[in-house]
Amino acid sequence: MSLTPVEPRSASFTAGITSLAGGFAGIFIGTAQGSTFTGFIVGAVLLTILTYVALLMRSKEKVVRWIILLAFGVAGYVTGGISSGIMGLLMGWFFSWFIFWIGECRYRGHLVPYLTPGQVLWHYTFRVICGAIFVFLITPILVVLPLSFNAQDFFTFTPEMLSLDPEGYSLKHYRNFFNSSDWQLSFRNSLIIAPIATVISVSLGTLAAIGLSQSHVPGRRAIMAILISPMIVPLIISATGMFFFYSQVGGFLEGTIGLSKTVVGYIKIVLAHAVLGIPFVIITVTATLVGFDRSLTRAAANMGANPMTTFFRVQMPLILPGVISGGLFAFITSFDEVVVVLFVGSARQKTLPWQMFTGLREQISPTILAVATILVVISIALLTVVELLRRRSERLRGMSPS
Amino acid sequence: MNLTKTLMATTALGFAAGAVAAEDMANEMTIVSWGGAYSASQLNAYHKPYSENTGVTIINDESSAEAVAKIRAMNEAGNVTWDVVDVVASDAMRLCDEGLAEELDHDAVLAAAPDGTSASDDFGDLLVSDCFVPQIVYSTTFGYRTDMVGDTAPTTVCDIFDTTKYPGKRSLQKRPIDNVEWALYCDGVAKDELYDVLSTPEGVDRALAKLDTIKNDVVWWTAGAETPQLLADGEVVMGSTYNGRLFSAIAEQNQPIGMLWDMQSFDLDGWIIPAGLSPERKARALDYLKFATDTQRLADQAKYISYGPARKSSAPLVGKHETLGIDMAPHMPTDPANASNVHIYDYEWWADNRDDLDAKFQAWLAK
Repeated sequence: MSLTPVEPRSASFTAGITSLAGGFAGIFIGTAQGSTFTGFIVGAVLLTILTYVALLMRSKEKVVRWIILLAFGVAGYVTGGISSGIMGLLMGWFFSWFIFWIGECRYRGHLVPYLTPGQVLWHYTFRVICGAIFVFLITPILVVLPLSFNAQDFFTFTPEMLSLDPEGYSLKHYRNFFNSSDWQLSFRNSLIIAPIATVISVSLGTLAAIGLSQSHVPGRRAIMAILISPMIVPLIISATGMFFFYSQVGGFLEGTIGLSKTVVGYIKIVLAHAVLGIPFVIITVTATLVGFDRSLTRAAANMGANPMTTFFRVQMPLILPGVISGGLFAFITSFDEVVVVLFVGSARQKTLPWQMFTGLREQISPTILAVATILVVISIALLTVVELLRRRSERLRGMSPS
Repeated sequence: MNLTKTLMATTALGFAAGAVAAEDMANEMTIVSWGGAYSASQLNAYHKPYSENTGVTIINDESSAEAVAKIRAMNEAGNVTWDVVDVVASDAMRLCDEGLAEELDHDAVLAAAPDGTSASDDFGDLLVSDCFVPQIVYSTTFGYRTDMVGDTAPTTVCDIFDTTKYPGKRSLQKRPIDNVEWALYCDGVAKDELYDVLSTPEGVDRALAKLDTIKNDVVWWTAGAETPQLLADGEVVMGSTYNGRLFSAIAEQNQPIGMLWDMQSFDLDGWIIPAGLSPERKARALDYLKFATDTQRLADQAKYISYGPARKSSAPLVGKHETLGIDMAPHMPTDPANASNVHIYDYEWWADNRDDLDAKFQAWLAK
């Protein structure tokens, strides 16, 4: 087993790696300027020279790093204004750090010394891949945020926005969302439909899961399969079926029972969404029931509790995490759902996804992005609150060490 | 067949009679339209004044793009939730043929012009179907990026096919209608022979061959908002879309876009009432139609969007843009300066050949 000591690397070794990184960055800048290949060459050559110069003055690392940082920033500002200047500063910071990170062998600093170069390379490649996955997941969401403050009615980063000119930004799409009766109607509808559908699917789904986890229920596999079928059958097929089914139901409720058209419209969508949400609740609750100790219910019965008390005082608190996450899934399903609403609903019951869908198709308006931003913020807030509550209850019950 | 028709006619009459007798009309209605700036113009010109006058709640559904399919499904399920639907003329004809739209006696249900001209004379040739009440004349035409075409702006539709003079992507609608006519026209076919040539298989091949020359440079669009977005992004150098969308991008959004009116393709858009409404709802829908398609209302809509009113008597009333204060007449597709060379789209030919050409076009696209 050979040990690799942590000691400064040669300039040629460092330059080999940094020039690759420079070339990679150059590809992006070059493509933006019109020539990918030139960008790659210029980036690689620039970083090679920079590396040799920087490593000649290893002892004055701090000064050198500041100079590189500022040089990149100024170069960016001169070529493309403020936003390019900021990009330049970021790149300058990264490369000045990267050159010394490689050159001073800091990358081995916290690794065990017997790793081969291949293992070290994989160690960092793995981290880069993970980072890239994260970037690809999160960038589409982040891109939406600044675009929603666009002063124009297009999905475009205007020159004013790129130069961080306040003229390029406005809150008009947010104003439009709060002032437009169509958006407000759909927002209210979503807030009416999703919670009611969630309550229905959580109560029915939990009961079904508990029932189906009893070993004496006949045909429970078949029942289970039918109950979770809305999750497996393509949504468009469920939606078509639901359209004709709920048209009949609606006709009955309006004609025979005499409910108003608006109420019936809501009932139809709430029921349809509850059906879509039930499988999620069943699956999560069934999963938590696997870990539930049945002797607890017998113990409770032994002490004189009737089944209702046993359920609410003993079983429910223990399976609550599963119920809550199932409920969250059901809520999100209803809140995000567009296909079934388009089929079953009428315009009086249009939900946010419906409005976003038609808005995106008929008019590519950044109001959709403003709504998306608001929804992202609400989702983050909701998840944070749920997570905090969960930790608090765990702490109160002494389940968590923290 | 005859018996069914008679039966349907009597039921329709019965409905009409019931409506008059009942006197009371539904106090909520769902109006279906296209969304965007177009729906906004209807909201301002028709819906708002109508709601103020009558206290009716109007719900907007922006589903006109799939109106035919949805009305069919609603009709089959016996649950028609729409009261008045905005469709293009060809869709209205299909719906009317299938018995899914209410046939109307235009002179009886629509308002006469202020000078007493009957509605049917006022709309004239635009009454292309018994079920259809025309609202606007619009055109599908081209816009180009003024800063991407060099010193010489395109002047004819054939510049679309000239990729050496105007390099870059262009956007075209993902359907054969208009595109094959433009292609043949630019391949040297005279305007009045377009449909004769298209009626032969060789003519269709010739049109597709012409489109082949720019196929690699085309971005295909399906929604009217796409071309303005692509132009604003500079993704395409020129593209076809509805003229009102281009007007909105140019005049209201100050985009560097120019209009190319040459060989613009006229089409009609208007209202239908779906068949199978209850008497109260039908009475409400008719009342709304009478209001929304009178001379003044049609002229009012032109204050918000550059589509030409379908009534002859509305044309002199077209004024200035509501917020910008610019004269709207020069932006209308029907303005003489813009309409020097137009393409008159042949409804009947397309009704007969649409399925066939759609199939060929899709096969060509997939090649």
